[in-house]
Amino acid sequence: MASVTLDKVNKVFGSTHIIKDVDLAIGNGEFVVFVGPSGCGKSTLLRLIAGLESISDGELSIGDSVVNDLPPRERGVGMVFQSYALYPHMSVYENMAFGLKLAKAAKETVHERVMATARILQLEELLERKPKALSGGQRQRVAMGRAMAREPRILLFDEPLSNLDASLRVQMRNEIARLHHRLGSTMIYVTHDQVEAMTLADKIVVLNGGRIEQVGSPQELYQRPATRFVAGFIGSPTMNFLPAKLLGADESGCRVSASGMPHLELPQDAAGLTKGTALTVGVRPEHLRLTEAQGDNSFEIVNVEYLGNEVYVYLDPKEGDTLLIQRSEAPTYWSVGQRVALSPDPAHVHLFNEQHQALGLDQASVAA
Amino acid sequence: MTSRQLSKHATRIGFWVLVALIVVIAVFPFYYAVKTSFTPSSELFRVELWPSRLDVSNYVQIFSQRSFLQAIFNSILVATSVVFIALLLGITASYALGRVRFRGRSTVLLVILGVSMFPQVAVLSGLFEVIRTLNLYNNPGGLILSYTIFTLPFTVWVLTTFMRQLPMELEEAAIMDGATPWVIITKVFLPLMWPAMATTGLLAFIAAWNEFLFALTFTLTDSQRTVPVAIALLSGGSAYELPWGPIMAASVVVTVPLVILVIIFQRRIVSGLTAGAVKG
Repeated sequence: MASVTLDKVNKVFGSTHIIKDVDLAIGNGEFVVFVGPSGCGKSTLLRLIAGLESISDGELSIGDSVVNDLPPRERGVGMVFQSYALYPHMSVYENMAFGLKLAKAAKETVHERVMATARILQLEELLERKPKALSGGQRQRVAMGRAMAREPRILLFDEPLSNLDASLRVQMRNEIARLHHRLGSTMIYVTHDQVEAMTLADKIVVLNGGRIEQVGSPQELYQRPATRFVAGFIGSPTMNFLPAKLLGADESGCRVSASGMPHLELPQDAAGLTKGTALTVGVRPEHLRLTEAQGDNSFEIVNVEYLGNEVYVYLDPKEGDTLLIQRSEAPTYWSVGQRVALSPDPAHVHLFNEQHQALGLDQASVAA
Repeated sequence: MTSRQLSKHATRIGFWVLVALIVVIAVFPFYYAVKTSFTPSSELFRVELWPSRLDVSNYVQIFSQRSFLQAIFNSILVATSVVFIALLLGITASYALGRVRFRGRSTVLLVILGVSMFPQVAVLSGLFEVIRTLNLYNNPGGLILSYTIFTLPFTVWVLTTFMRQLPMELEEAAIMDGATPWVIITKVFLPLMWPAMATTGLLAFIAAWNEFLFALTFTLTDSQRTVPVAIALLSGGSAYELPWGPIMAASVVVTVPLVILVIIFQRRIVSGLTAGAVKG
């Protein structure tokens, strides 16, 4: 168990700059999830920590020591790969014992550790089997066992569940969460699936284009996204974005006009912006209320999806091609073709400036 | 029977006739060699398809020659050494060429391929000088060296291709487990590369076992010769007689081990040559 600190870490492949000035502190025993769209550098960042790629610039420390130039085996990290990458010619036992044997551990120690790991992961029955005789979930557990057997200080997971089918994925997600509670070791987990990120993480790191967009707990990221990217990435269905204009601002908040809505009185601090500045209003589907309306300032309902416990109403956005979504509990009396106006709950409206940064809450209104 | 069924049957029969023809053309020379080896020289030029009796005098004759036994021993020594050295160098070279990123990697691969394009005769005199300089003339070492030179390009190419198809994550998993490149090669890749190694090893063995030109040029005395040269130099009772019976007996003796090896490894060879063609 150990903490991990990244200080201005950069990675350059040839002429492409993959990781740009990443600063990050991961505490002892934390479960941290790197999330982002494909190509955002999340896997590269994990591989930098593992030691499979060299760091171009910056400093990486595990515990108290800088490990930039240490090979993986001396960093005390274990890694679970997306394809599991089990040694096909070795039994489950040999797979788990391989690293220990290479570390020249005594025979009894090897046996003890492998058996202990197998007990935790319920692999005792499978120790003599070859990987090809295992199911997907079992292979996944063996891959974790192999990473754990050497008792690494940090466990790394590179999209470990993406090769499993949906139901098994939920089950393994639970097992990983329980494993973290039981072992209490530092874990770093890479995924492109925001549901995995939300459910597993103590701390989510959202990456985009090689930079950290935001670091925070799942609640923070969901309730107070720092950028428009994070707002759109976290949450399903995604947040609705509407173009808006600043009408005025004072110390208690600001007034904003957006198409299809009444003028909004928001608690955000827009004091530094001039009147008329273009902004983006963001509202999550569940915070959108619909009211019947006519005329220019209304939207047409183009589809209604009934999901049993809830209903999604899709609206034609007029500008752009991303449909607006409203989510409410079933039943609904809206139907396709009706025209509606939006009336969001001001407490749950997000406001983004032209640089896609979220406008902060006014200090007074936070206190209140 | 309708005309359609008829033509279907005709196509089928035609197909099998063709197959039979091809098999006869391929196998008949070998069959006739075996048949000749069991025929005493007095009856050699009577044309018969089936031997009237099995006469083993030709075999007795070749096995009573010490030089022939020595030649078989030399051949085994040379061929197995070539296989061993070629696979050892091939595996390590293919790891470098298949897995390690370095400048000029594809140039090296092309040069390796280019070397194997030269006909043996073109390098014969140059190689002769090399072997003389290394003091390997009339010594199995000289043959091992020259065969290895000609076997390596093929070995390296096949093994490199195969090595590249092994998943990268497997190697990275081994690195995370603390494996050095040598451990990765021997403990992780080698067990997975048996099909490819069986294929290349067997082809290297056959090439070394059957090679004639170098073996003739680089050896001088009976005690250093390999089997193909020994067979070619078998002499009859007089300068005007070619000892066909013993020659055929000797040929059969040296071919049978190869046939057995191919049969043992045939499934491996097929899986080795097609491995990775389809994701499995």
